Parts: sequence; structure tokens; C-alpha cells
Amino acid sequence: MNITNSKYEEALERYNKKIAEASAQEMVLNMGPQHPSTHGVLRLELITDGEIVKEVIPHMGYLHRCFEKHAESLTYQQTIPFTDRMDYLASMNNSHIWTMGVERMMGIDKDIPKRVEYIRVLVCELNRIASHLIAIGTYGIDIGAFTPFLWCFRDREHIMGMLEWASGSRMLYNYIWVGGLFYDLPVGFEERCREFVDYFKPKLTELDELLTNNQIFISRTANVGVLPMDVAINYGCSGPMLRGSGLKWDLRRIDGYSVYPELEFDVPIGKGEMGTVGDCWDRYKVRVDEIAQSLKIVEQCLDRLQKELKRTPDFDPRAKMPRKITPKVQDFYIRGEGAKGELGFYFVHSDARSEIPLRVKSRGPSFCNLSVLPAIAKDVMIADLIAIIGSIDFVLGEVDR
Amino acid sequence: MNLEEIKAILILKFGEGVIVGEETTGLQPALLINPDHIADVCLELRDNPKTYFDFLSCLSGVDYGIEAKRFGVVYHLASIPYQTQLTLKVSKENNRDLDDLPSFPTISSVYHSADWHEREAFDMEGIFFEGHPDLRRILMPDDWEGYPLRKDYKNAEFYKGIKID
Repeated sequence: MNITNSKYEEALERYNKKIAEASAQEMVLNMGPQHPSTHGVLRLELITDGEIVKEVIPHMGYLHRCFEKHAESLTYQQTIPFTDRMDYLASMNNSHIWTMGVERMMGIDKDIPKRVEYIRVLVCELNRIASHLIAIGTYGIDIGAFTPFLWCFRDREHIMGMLEWASGSRMLYNYIWVGGLFYDLPVGFEERCREFVDYFKPKLTELDELLTNNQIFISRTANVGVLPMDVAINYGCSGPMLRGSGLKWDLRRIDGYSVYPELEFDVPIGKGEMGTVGDCWDRYKVRVDEIAQSLKIVEQCLDRLQKELKRTPDFDPRAKMPRKITPKVQDFYIRGEGAKGELGFYFVHSDARSEIPLRVKSRGPSFCNLSVLPAIAKDVMIADLIAIIGSIDFVLGEVDR
Repeated sequence: MNLEEIKAILILKFGEGVIVGEETTGLQPALLINPDHIADVCLELRDNPKTYFDFLSCLSGVDYGIEAKRFGVVYHLASIPYQTQLTLKVSKENNRDLDDLPSFPTISSVYHSADWHEREAFDMEGIFFEGHPDLRRILMPDDWEGYPLRKDYKNAEFYKGIKID
């Protein structure tokens, strides 16, 4: 296989030439792929002038596991465990959005029992809290604060334990299925979850006091990595990144999918309290506020699951599951609010008798959020770059897929 | 802003030839755009105060199968001020020759988010984007041969002399 058309190699040659020139003039520094502050196997090639970063060139693909190829060779139901492995810190959200897309294509999204929908939202919000706890904890450790990391992991452990109780797995749940759930919640889950909420609320205040107004933390994050709103939109940033830049944009509210319209919660945005709107501190603060809002949602879900949607002995969460998932010929783009931002799946289904899609494209929020890094990390100190990377909060499993 | 109004805006600006068809059967209607105009169409839709599609949600390269001999790119736009969504599609016939990739104009000058998405489409489906600032492979290694998400892709047996199991 010899490719003779040199047009396709031009960009690579340009890049090689640039690195060769930069090595002679300035310094080329490799950060990663095995570096704790890059949160996974991300390699950043920095062109530096002393302590100042002139340019950042991200290289990814080290964790590429052919998600789209798998999705194009397996049935919709079989792909759900693979969606869990995209953003492995918030697996529930991934499978929720995947199943939602398939259900809409099948036209069964209105038939899903209310109890199933509330359980889905409950576990998704618990998972969102767990994901944000990791974001905050590891952000602390990037900046040099060790305690928040341990506190966050201690509290996250309770969520992991609960979700393991429900699904049988700690991180990769495969719990939300097309048309239903793997199982109903175990007996006593609601009570234990309420205990957790009561336990966690004061802990969240403690955590907030530990970092938010900490002078060292503020000096490291305020006015660092400022991401203006128009740049954020143009680069396709979403989730806490976009909200940190001051835009109230939350797909749970905009699209109002699942039972979110029935639930009461606010959408926190960055206000630039400590510096400029859209700096690292704002993005951190949005995540802390979102945990509080998610707790509110969890409480409301528990209220309904314990009262009007109470468990009944004959309730079968698999009752509405289609025997064969064969949607009509169509293409469909589903988007939803994952823990990191807008998670989207684009399905092309071309054969009405087939259970396998022709094409699946996943739009990972981390992928787009990371693409803004070269734009906001120009002419910053190397130490500030660490603060910026941490505040983006990406998961390489979702960037590389 | 419904599909008819968007069509009217585009035809007024670029003439009849800009829209080559539309798909209205599915849940999400789509406009099929003439590939030569796609960058101008996106710029117009982004900047026109009546549409303001300022957010590119997703850009996907599609290989429509070995018999179809077609490659396409699908753009999912969203408007933040109006909270609307729009799907645009472009496609071209191609004979799957690796020396002659299907080629479309880049929209990375309109939406910066398209930059990495187009690199991914180039990497995975072998779709070339004219005028892209830095069209290197993004997920696969730089020296990888072939385009893994093409329907006629044969799994590589060796990479740098090492057998792949």
C-alpha cells in the first residue's frame, strides 16, 4: 500500500519541520504521556521559551479502543458496556444518553415507566457527584493541596459502594438498558442513599471551606487560563467549562429530557468572584455548586421513589424492553448533559431489519473541551498550564474513545 | 425558525444551486448542501441574526457502504440564543482509491471545534478537508496505513514489524 499523493502528508511534514526548528531555537518539552498532572495518557508537546509556554501541541490516541468500530459491529444493547468505558468516571450518564437515543429512534421513549426514569436520573446524578468529586480532588492535588484529594475520595467511595450494590460493579455499571434497567434498586437503597445525602451535605461545606477561599488556591487559579464566552462557544466547549465562562447552558434544562423538567434545580455559572469570568477558579466553583444542585435532585428523586413511585412486588424494570432492537431507517443525533458537558451520539441506521447501526459517531465533551487548550494556554507559565489542564477536567477515555 | 425559512435565507444568498435536497422523513430533518458552498453556508448561518447557529455540536464523517461508493460529512449545528438545532449534510461519490480521497472544504475557519473533528474524520474515514490548517492524524499514529472506519478496511497484521494480535 503505497500512497503517492503527497497532499495528504503535507501537514505532517509541516509539523515535523516546526518541531525541528523549535528544537534549534527554543526548547521542546514533552509533558506526558506518563505524567500525573495530565490526568491520564495525554502527551503535551510544549514549545517553551524559558518558563513561558509559547505553544502547546496535544497528542492523543494512547487510549484509543475503537469505540465507534465496536458500535458499528455490535447490536445497540451490546454496545452499552462499551459506552461505560468512554467517560469511565461517569458511566451512568453515558449509557443513559445512549439508551435515550436508541429509545427515541425506536419510538418507545414515552412508554418508559416513571419509576425507571427516576431511578435513571438518581443514579446519573450520583455518578455526576462522584465525577465532580474526582475533578475537585485531583485539581487540588495538581495545585499542591493534598487533603481535598483524600476527602473527595473518601466521600466518593460511598457513592461507588451504593452503585456497586445496585449494579454489581464499582465503575463500569452496565445498569441502564434500552427500555429499562438491569434490575430494580436493591431493597433499602433509598434509605441508605438518604443517609448518604445527610452525611455528605456537611462534608461538602467543609470541602468548600477548605479550598474555595483558600488564599494559596485563589492565587494559583484566579485570573489564570481565562476562557472568554465567545471563544468557548466557538471551540465547542460545553458543560462546566462553558458555564464557568458565564453562559447558562445546561442541556438538562434546554432539552428537558427524561424527567428533568419535573425536578427543581439551578444552573450555576461562573461570575468571576475572585478574578475574571471564565478563569480556572470559576470552573472549579461551578463544579462545587453543581454538586450541591445534584444533591438537590437526588433528594427529590428519593422523595418520589419512596412515595408515589414506591417499589411494588410486581414491578418489572425490564417489562418494556424490546425483544429485538430494529429501528426504522433514519439518522439521529442525541445530545445530553454528561458530567463533563454535551455528550452526543450520532446514529446512522440504514437497514430496517438489522440490529446493527451503519455508523455511530460519539461526540465526547472532553474531546471538544480539550481542543481549546492550545488557545488558552499561550504565553502562560508552565506551572499555570498544570492549573489550566486540571480545570478543564477531561477524561482520556472519552477523548480517545 | 423552521426549515423552510432557513432554506429561503440560503437560496436568497447563494442561489438555487446551494441546496441539493432535503430529508424530512426522520425525527430530525436535514438539508443536503452543495459541497462547494458548505463553508459559506455555515458562515452565513452562524452570523445571520435570524439563525445564529453559533455552536457546532458534532461533525461526523460517514462511509455509506461499499456498494454506495459515497462518502459524506454530517454537521450538527445548534443555536444557543434560539435553542434550535439543524443538520446539514454533504456527500460525494468516490471510488475508494487511497490516492484520491473524497475532499470537502474545511469549516474550521468558521467553527474552531471543527478543527479536531475534521482531523478525526480524516484519520478514521479518510476524508480530506481542503484548506484545513493542520490535517494530521489525531487518534491513530502518524504512520498508520489505511483508514480504520472505512467499510472495506482490512485489519493491519503488523505495525512497525510487530505482529498485532
